[in-house]
Amino acid sequence: MMPDLGRYAVAVLSSYGATLALLAGLVALTLWQGRRVKRQLAEVEARQGQSQGKHDG
Amino acid sequence: MSLWEYANPKKFMQVSARVLPVVIGLAAVSLCVGLIWGFFLTPDDFRQGSTVKIIFIHVPTAMMAINAWVMMLVASLIWLVRRHHVSALAARAAAPVGLTFTAIALVTGALWGQPMWGTWWAWDPRLTAFLILALFYLGYIALWQAVDDPDTAADLTAVLCMVGSVFAVLSRYAVKFWNQGLHQDSTILKVGEADPIAPAYYVPLVVCIVGFVLLFVALVLLRTRTEIRARRLSALLARERLA
Amino acid sequence: MTALLIRDLRLAFRAGGGFGLGLAFFLLLAVLVPLGVGPEGATLARIAPGILWVGALLACLLSLDRIFALDFEDGSLDLLATSPIPLEGVVAIKALAHWLVTGLPLTLAAPVLGVLLNLPEPAYLWLVASLAVGTPALSVIGAFGAALTVGIKRGGLLLSLLVLPLYVPTLIFGAEVVKRGATGAGVSVPLLLLAGITAGAVALLPFAAAAALRVNLR
Repeated sequence: MMPDLGRYAVAVLSSYGATLALLAGLVALTLWQGRRVKRQLAEVEARQGQSQGKHDG
Repeated sequence: MSLWEYANPKKFMQVSARVLPVVIGLAAVSLCVGLIWGFFLTPDDFRQGSTVKIIFIHVPTAMMAINAWVMMLVASLIWLVRRHHVSALAARAAAPVGLTFTAIALVTGALWGQPMWGTWWAWDPRLTAFLILALFYLGYIALWQAVDDPDTAADLTAVLCMVGSVFAVLSRYAVKFWNQGLHQDSTILKVGEADPIAPAYYVPLVVCIVGFVLLFVALVLLRTRTEIRARRLSALLARERLA
Repeated sequence: MTALLIRDLRLAFRAGGGFGLGLAFFLLLAVLVPLGVGPEGATLARIAPGILWVGALLACLLSLDRIFALDFEDGSLDLLATSPIPLEGVVAIKALAHWLVTGLPLTLAAPVLGVLLNLPEPAYLWLVASLAVGTPALSVIGAFGAALTVGIKRGGLLLSLLVLPLYVPTLIFGAEVVKRGATGAGVSVPLLLLAGITAGAVALLPFAAAAALRVNLR
């Protein structure tokens, strides 16, 4: 199924590979940071007995 | 209902929660369709061989690298004028995404040029301009992290974004001048300026562009939500410390 | 406003580190580059315009954080902000003081260093001209960067990261003037563009810098 990339195989494959790696890194970082902050916020809110959804601007 | 209603953090969280799954889904679909189509189903170019397949990543990410900065500029202006925190946080959220797209544009640009130029890096005006853009992104991100007070950080980074935009445009023309002299077009094929507007390339390219735009929107929405939560978190922690 | 200028100049000369540092660094660079690159005349002649301009850039960078930091720390910046002089004027004066202490001496010293770097003869005039036109931009852009980072502890490195990309257009056109001057080609285009950037920066950046200072003084 892989097309014949000829002598440019390295360039093309490493382009796609590097892109996937960089995007995967960004997405992973985004999700990890998101989850961590969400968890910390939940802990602090529980501690302070704040009701959900109340926001202080 | 005015667009400004979404500037309310709570409203933003509600709307983005509903919109996100759709955006993520559409982004995934269009990226998959576009990239698979481009990689597997397009012919080789007469001059560039199979490297033309890199266009499906390089062009969309290069466009987004610039668009991300423009979005940050607009968001910064909105913050400075109307003081909507969501706007400032959205700008902050967009920066790492823009930086990543710039990096991808640089890497794919260099790899695309390697068979043509014979080196892993060449000071081509387009690549050089993107390298400078990457430095602007880094400075912006660093300034956000260096300033403690969130509102001060938002103000300073907004001013930096505005001044930086002017100099980014100036640099773009300066670099063009530096490499080739003003108004003098190179006869050597420049990376990214091949115009395979043949429908065989055009349609998957458009699909990929749409896919990367949607990916940008999805990531910025996600990151802005995190920023809003983080801001609430530090406010609560500050309240704890004072109590 | 003149009083402010004289005060800043006096401080720069007195504090010791201000005045000679930039020049000394500039000289060091002109010595280190041949040591690194090799003494071959033709090579040095070719890279001399770029090296001299990069050296001027980096030397200017050294004293940037002093522009506002000292006054910020002892509270005089608060006083200046509330004085009858508009803050934009304060920024302009301080940038001028920086230029008089850093950019101007560099411009005057550059021909000597050009000799060390085997700069071709016709280029000397254009070296001085381009530096004279371009270094004020470096000072005012640097002042903007300094205003942004004035409240940040040990913000020197961040200041460099912010300011150096802003220096790129000035660097490119400044070095281009000298390069073209060396070969006798027409310098008017890059020189005019260089002047345009300096004029624009001097006219507009004090406003941005003043805004940043107001934010930091809150």
